Amino acid sequence: MENFELVILLLDATLRTSTPLILAALAGMFSERSGTINLALEGMMLGGAFAAAAVAYYAGSPWVGLLAAIAATIALSLLHGFACITHKGNQVVSGMAINILMSGFTALVGIALFAQGGKTPALDKASRFQPITLPGAEAVRDVPILGPIYFELLSGHNILVYIAFFAVPAAWWVMYRTRFGLRLRAVGENPGAVDTAGISVVLMRYRAVVCSGVLVGMSGAYLSTAQGASFLQDMTAGKGYIALAAMVFGKWRPFPALFACLLFGFLDAAATRLQGVILPGIGEVPVQLVQALPYVLTVILLAGFIGRATPPKALGRAYVKER
Amino acid sequence: MHQMHGTGETGAVQPAIELRGIDKRFGAVHANKEIDLKVDKGTIHGIVGENGAGKSTLMSILYGFYQADGGTIHVDGKLCDIKGSEDAIAAGIGMVHQHFMLVETFSVLENVILGVEGGAVLRDGVDKARVELERLEREYSLDIDPDAIVGDLSVGLQQRVEILKALYRGAEILILDEPTGVLTPQEADHLFRILATLKEQGKTVVLITHKLREIMAATDNVSVMRQGAMVADRKTAQTSPEELSELMVGRRVLLRLEKGEANPGATVLQVNDLCVDNAQGVRKVKNASFTVRAGEIVGIAGVSGNGQSELLEALGGIRSASEGSVLLNDQDVTPGKGVDAAELRKRGVAHVPEDRHRMAMVTGFTAKEAAILGYEDDPAYNNSILLDWHAISKATANMMLEFDVRPDDPDLKAANFSGGNQQKLVLAREIMRDPELLLVGQPTRGVDIGAIEFIHKRIVAMRDAGKAVLLVSVELDEIMSLADRILVMCDGVIIGEVSAAEANERVLGLMMAGVDPNEAKAVEGQA
Repeated sequence: MENFELVILLLDATLRTSTPLILAALAGMFSERSGTINLALEGMMLGGAFAAAAVAYYAGSPWVGLLAAIAATIALSLLHGFACITHKGNQVVSGMAINILMSGFTALVGIALFAQGGKTPALDKASRFQPITLPGAEAVRDVPILGPIYFELLSGHNILVYIAFFAVPAAWWVMYRTRFGLRLRAVGENPGAVDTAGISVVLMRYRAVVCSGVLVGMSGAYLSTAQGASFLQDMTAGKGYIALAAMVFGKWRPFPALFACLLFGFLDAAATRLQGVILPGIGEVPVQLVQALPYVLTVILLAGFIGRATPPKALGRAYVKER
Repeated sequence: MHQMHGTGETGAVQPAIELRGIDKRFGAVHANKEIDLKVDKGTIHGIVGENGAGKSTLMSILYGFYQADGGTIHVDGKLCDIKGSEDAIAAGIGMVHQHFMLVETFSVLENVILGVEGGAVLRDGVDKARVELERLEREYSLDIDPDAIVGDLSVGLQQRVEILKALYRGAEILILDEPTGVLTPQEADHLFRILATLKEQGKTVVLITHKLREIMAATDNVSVMRQGAMVADRKTAQTSPEELSELMVGRRVLLRLEKGEANPGATVLQVNDLCVDNAQGVRKVKNASFTVRAGEIVGIAGVSGNGQSELLEALGGIRSASEGSVLLNDQDVTPGKGVDAAELRKRGVAHVPEDRHRMAMVTGFTAKEAAILGYEDDPAYNNSILLDWHAISKATANMMLEFDVRPDDPDLKAANFSGGNQQKLVLAREIMRDPELLLVGQPTRGVDIGAIEFIHKRIVAMRDAGKAVLLVSVELDEIMSLADRILVMCDGVIIGEVSAAEANERVLGLMMAGVDPNEAKAVEGQA
């Protein structure tokens, strides 16, 4: 019974740690499926987290903070698009530039506004996304097995967790069942086909990076106004890259990317759980090793297992009409 | 006001397309010079010209891919301002591009509806599209499964998907840019049957090509372009290939190469059960066995992508053999086992690779740098440790003189030479070292007719000097006029051998499609 509870708690933590990864991985998918490499997820997530925490602090509402985060990440996406789509710049360089820029910029503005060493002030309850208790959760709480699953695992998360999990089928539907998705996938495979069909390649790619901005903005807001209670300098700690790795591991598809995110989230949750635990025969689990697990896995997966994933054909290439 | 000219018998029928004074420059290149063109409704109109004559540019302007600097476009007598592909589609113009504009991971149906989905949610339009697609396929006997993934289809079928795309958009005028370059003769024949059906249905077809045989066989009218200008309009029935080629080049050229009998001597190259895999581990050459003797040209024919490239690369030492052996003058030179391109060069193998820009030269180099690539450690080009630029310049100037490379400036960047002159420089580099064996791939790809003639003569001269030549080309005309023996490859297998005397396009075409040579000859016998 104790083990069962442990598993429930671990899975519960998995949902919470994988939420920002899922939103960011979907964001990456929209951008990359249209042919624009989005290495800037890390920096955009950081920018979104800062905007959300700062604005939520002043406005006293997490929703206003969320809107500010989305506005900020859309602006960053447009910047990335301006460099990569309009001016056909190197997409990796542009992405890295945004990451470096946001790492410094958020700290700079944070210090200027709040003078707390780059942090934003701690948010009160009303300025954060609060856990939602699903209907009937209290009632079934004591039912064996199903009770804890519903009460602990499914209920009691904040709205952004539910949005993230709902966003996966929604993204799938948009990608595979709508005109927008068809054109978006086409522009990432062969922009020439889209151009000759009388559709603007540039506009399509801009629309895709804006979608990407909306999603990554939510993931940033989650970090600072739902999971945490303030913005901390460089609080993303590589989550943007991990999300990107999950997207690649998921072969640029929503559901496989979801599972990759859950796997990374699980490792992250397990790392927290395993700290200080004494395992039989091994002794105390070294904290540093456990904390490194998600990153080690990222490297292993990217290096080996997904060698044969085929990216969108036009990924990373600006569209130039051939002479 | 411009007075329209009626056709006389039928009254004032408007031409389907009329271009007036179309002018286009790309920087210093004057690609289209004041072009006038009239294409009658319900006809197949050919446009011929050498590579770089401006045909594709003209059609790209008509399809809205480029904007003309001057001139007007009239469709069905109405002035049309075509700013982009969407305007061309709206005016009823469809285009089948030389490089297909298809999304390979999509199904046929998805490719066809891209841009005309018929609603924000796909389901609304897809069912209607499927019905319409099936009707079009029946009407024009296109014979394609709408749910097939385009990347899995053969090139010929992919081309039909392009045609289907245009028809689905309601095209009345269909432009085809070099449509047969990638097809087997049988696929090409099928294409021409489709075009004939289109014409019967009242559609107008514009066919861009540099193959005169196709113009003569398929078109009603033909316009000839040369160096960006429209030089002639003819009724196809009233012209001849000789006249057209003269108009294209501006002077008379030999269409058939005149060469004497081959005089084969000892075996130079012997290939035994050679297998070659590509980088993905797919076997591209399967158990190839053949010989090339001194004083003969052996041609390898086949549709592009059937293993010829890998075979040539292996023999040139830049790709390893997986199985089998290669003997050069009875010495083992199987590629991969200590034998690389440099070693082969030392032993007298010259290699002119298929892809000039990727493998034969560095376009950013000057001509003299390009002229020593692969031989840069030759003592003749070196002082003690530095390159001897004086000697290199002299050697390059000599190559340029011998191979008529123009302009004859060893310091000019390789990229600034025309395709034909680049190729002549590469050939000079390889041939002037007097090799035992010349491996040559697509020697005249992207080369103008004048240079083709020169290059062919030099290859035959190699043979007459008692050297062995292995020629890989996807141009059947080239293979048939140069080779003494022809091997046909299909799907990595050498299907069979035909002597130059008994070769014709039908037999070779059937073999290229994988038909056994004896069967192919039997089919030919019945025809």
